[in-house]
Amino acid sequence: MAGVAGGNDFQWCFSQVKGAIDEDVAEADIISTVEFNYSGELLATGDKGGRVVIFQHEQESKNRPHLRGEYNVYSTFQSHEPEFDYLKSLEIEEKINKIRWLPQQNAAHFLLSTNDKTIKLWKISERDKRAEGYNLKDEDGRLRDPFRITSLRVCLAVPQTCLILSMTLCDNFSKIDCCTFQVPVLMPMDLMVEASPRRIFANAHTYHINSISVNSDHETYLSADDLRINLWHLEITDRSFNIVDIKPANMEELTEVITAAECHPHQCNVFVYSSSKGTIRLCDMRAAALCDRHSKFFEEPEDPSSRSFFSEIISSISDVKFSHSGRYMMTRDYLSVKVWDLNMENRPVETYQVHEYLRSKLCSLYENDCIFDKFECCWNGSDSAIMTGSYNNFFRMFDRNTRRDITLEASRESSKPRATLKPRKVSTGGKRKKDEISVDSLDFNKKILHTAWHPKDNVIAVAATNNLYIFQDKIN
Amino acid sequence: LREGEVSKMAGADGDDSLYPIAVLIDELRNEDVQLRLNSIKKLSTIALALGVERTRTELLPFLTDTIYDEDEVLLALAEQLGNFTMLVGGPEYVHCLLPPLESLATVEETVVRDKAVESLRKISQEHSPVDLEVHFEPLVKRLASGDWFTSRTSACGLFSVCYPRVSSTVKAEIRQHFRTLCSDDTPMVRRAAASKLGEFAKVLELEYVKSDIISLFTALASDEQDSVRLLAVEACVSIATLLPQEDLETLVMPTLRQAAEDKSWRVRYMVADKFSELQKAVGPEITKNDLVPAFQNLLKDCEAEVRAAAANKVKEFCENLPEDNREQIIMTHILPCVKELVSDTNQHVKSALASVIMGLSTILGKDNTIEHLLPLFLAQLKDECPEVRLNIISNLDCVNEVIGIRQLSQSLLPAIVELAEDAKWRVRLAIIEYMPLLAGQLGVEFFDEKLNTLCMAWLIDHVYAIREAATCNLMKLVEKFGAEWAQNTIVPKVLGMANDPNYLHRMTTLFCINALSKACGQEITTKQMLPVVLKMSNDQVANVRFNVAKSLQKIGPILDSNALQTEVKPVLEKLASDTDMDVKYFAQEAISVLALA
Repeated sequence: MAGVAGGNDFQWCFSQVKGAIDEDVAEADIISTVEFNYSGELLATGDKGGRVVIFQHEQESKNRPHLRGEYNVYSTFQSHEPEFDYLKSLEIEEKINKIRWLPQQNAAHFLLSTNDKTIKLWKISERDKRAEGYNLKDEDGRLRDPFRITSLRVCLAVPQTCLILSMTLCDNFSKIDCCTFQVPVLMPMDLMVEASPRRIFANAHTYHINSISVNSDHETYLSADDLRINLWHLEITDRSFNIVDIKPANMEELTEVITAAECHPHQCNVFVYSSSKGTIRLCDMRAAALCDRHSKFFEEPEDPSSRSFFSEIISSISDVKFSHSGRYMMTRDYLSVKVWDLNMENRPVETYQVHEYLRSKLCSLYENDCIFDKFECCWNGSDSAIMTGSYNNFFRMFDRNTRRDITLEASRESSKPRATLKPRKVSTGGKRKKDEISVDSLDFNKKILHTAWHPKDNVIAVAATNNLYIFQDKIN
Repeated sequence: LREGEVSKMAGADGDDSLYPIAVLIDELRNEDVQLRLNSIKKLSTIALALGVERTRTELLPFLTDTIYDEDEVLLALAEQLGNFTMLVGGPEYVHCLLPPLESLATVEETVVRDKAVESLRKISQEHSPVDLEVHFEPLVKRLASGDWFTSRTSACGLFSVCYPRVSSTVKAEIRQHFRTLCSDDTPMVRRAAASKLGEFAKVLELEYVKSDIISLFTALASDEQDSVRLLAVEACVSIATLLPQEDLETLVMPTLRQAAEDKSWRVRYMVADKFSELQKAVGPEITKNDLVPAFQNLLKDCEAEVRAAAANKVKEFCENLPEDNREQIIMTHILPCVKELVSDTNQHVKSALASVIMGLSTILGKDNTIEHLLPLFLAQLKDECPEVRLNIISNLDCVNEVIGIRQLSQSLLPAIVELAEDAKWRVRLAIIEYMPLLAGQLGVEFFDEKLNTLCMAWLIDHVYAIREAATCNLMKLVEKFGAEWAQNTIVPKVLGMANDPNYLHRMTTLFCINALSKACGQEITTKQMLPVVLKMSNDQVANVRFNVAKSLQKIGPILDSNALQTEVKPVLEKLASDTDMDVKYFAQEAISVLALA
């Protein structure tokens, strides 16, 4: 796959934007997670209102050959409702924290969605036939002519006894004319997409669930909250196994929390979890039933020269993702993205600065709480590029081979069909060049926390508050 | 309209109208799942009404296309179709059932798929050899090469039923399909294949077991996913049973040794869990040379789950050792490990061991038990974990047979007392349940001296479940020690509680009387218990009074008619006009049950 930008290969261009245009954004409409399925054919978003919207990739249209397929709404459903925990007097928000697709197993699609407490398994399936033909009523539900029913009765009065008896009388029975019964037949109808909840995995988390991850064995998944990680069987809802518990006996001794967790893409026994201290632990489930002891511990020694009041806050890891190959993992902290080789624990193999210019602004970012924003990150299909979000509706991409990086903006202004995205620059020095934006004029309310990259193609989905932007490469 | 209503009513009355069947058919597609489910469960009725022809041409095609329904409906359908052969016209037409079952075998819900496979296996037996090759085997092939893993997993369960009944060319194809599925891309399919490997091996000719199955077994047992490897352990049992002894060493043992030392604790757990089966399958020689050291390692495993699974098998493993040097193997190899487990850090391991360790005494005999096992029992009786102590106490009968319980009684008593006073009521409940057993083994003297007070103390426990269990316990003790013992030791104490200031304790007296009267017999009941019950009918608490009515109803049949008429009847009549409605109700009920009206 080609590089992320700049070169001769391709440029990113606008494809679609979803969501309302109003400046007035309803809280419930804010997108809280974005996820492509394994084939990239479906794209799911979850929002703060507990809804899940699934978009489907339409086949290329013949009359507009220059446009590759678009993503259109396939199914929308309410995944979670607001709840109240009466025992603890706590409100449970409906906000969808994470969505994870299951590998496809038959014609239907399955996904896991979770809010702070409850994980649900949803089935999204199609139906294009419906049954027709009733005995006792018309298609529109009115009872049929009573005489018909009476005639039924007369005609069938004889064999009633056989029914109660046994199948040995079956032969007699078949001689009776039962043709008055109508067996329903299935007739084609307009395609209907149904989302139905298949399993509800509840009551296993005391703290807020921050991650769910489906295991490569296709039968288990893990869910992580601030202090614990549980392992579930996809078919069993009434119990889960606690595999990590970092809750200290005395909560006053609490110094770190789990921020994210993920299963290895191929090795079903391996998972990682990141912590608020900027470290990542890799655990091997083969070693012991409880994974309180890690097998690998990834930590970069702190540079004493850059130590400040905010060091600990900004080193907290907000997301961890394995590469598709399973060889690397990527972590996002407040200012940077790091790529780690699973075979090297003492430092990352690559470090990319996302918005280094904010280092001087940490004080005000602390005051407006932005410093606690949880940015996510993602790999492209071939692991050669990575993407993560920033402020001012900017998002960043890094090409791992060429080490080139680019800042792009998700905005309504450039949302004309096939419009090429212009690289953005934030001025860091004293003098601001043309086309550059000064750090002070960045809008910190417009943040891009959630992005997703198509597993095979150069198609990306970027959630900017209540809008979902889809960009794709433009082949020159 | 009126006629319609009439016929509907007739239908509802279930007279000779077939209206209900029309309803059943319509409800196959009702919006209410429960009604659809009802219809599907009566599918045989519908089919019978339609006749075989229309069942084949209309009902089955409709059902085949309904496969998007709720799981419970599909599950019921999958089950029904397994018994449908006669309803489609007998074995000649049984293949008509294949299309709907094929669809059901591909749904994502495991229970439905499994049921569909079960039904397919069932009806495969009703296919003629020709039909099996023409209709059934192609279905298996389609499933085995399906796009979705759901269909491929289902195929795994069908090979073994058609293999024995098809021609040798088709047999070769089936073996090839099974091979392919064993190396499928998705772990789900490999797991399904691994779990059916043993079953498939059983129907194969021995030469193919050696050539095909062994290589598949070896491959699955070294699969990259431990969830697949652990299933190969199960297959190991069946395969080892099929092979002649001389081939085991080269064909099976390398893989089994590898599994017992697998990196993943789940695989080792599986080996521990299946150890007795494995032991029987490989025979005494290999057991002596290979399994004994393997078992030692499992007992010392670093993962507590594995140690617990192995500890659970200690008794069975020792029992099945070859008799000629069983004692020597246990004493030199197993017992040292067992000793370590007694002080294991994990309480599940200790309690697993405690549940079987007593069984070793019958195998080792009196002297070894006293010298080697007794110290372990005593240590476990003092364990900090109540479950460990309970497990020892619950298995006392094994030791009793070998060395008599007296050896233990000095340590037993403190352990029992401590459990009897445990802060957790479930622990107290558990020990109460063992009291009759203990009493039987310790004898009446020991019991009166040491345990009787405990049994009475439970009667005034603050948890109802304990008081209830204590009551039941007294009844069992009386059954054991007889009415005379009851009259001397228990009855006075129980009746004394009738004057307790706490009404809950007064009610306990009544509950005890309910439980004991039968075991104590007519005389004690009439002379000692009845006066107390009758006196309590004046209790100021209504709950006590209506329990008096209930008690009288209960003990009535034991009393003679004179007592009933002269003593019970007036009291019940008085209670029947009580101010409290519950008292009235139960008094009246007692009067009618005892036929005193």
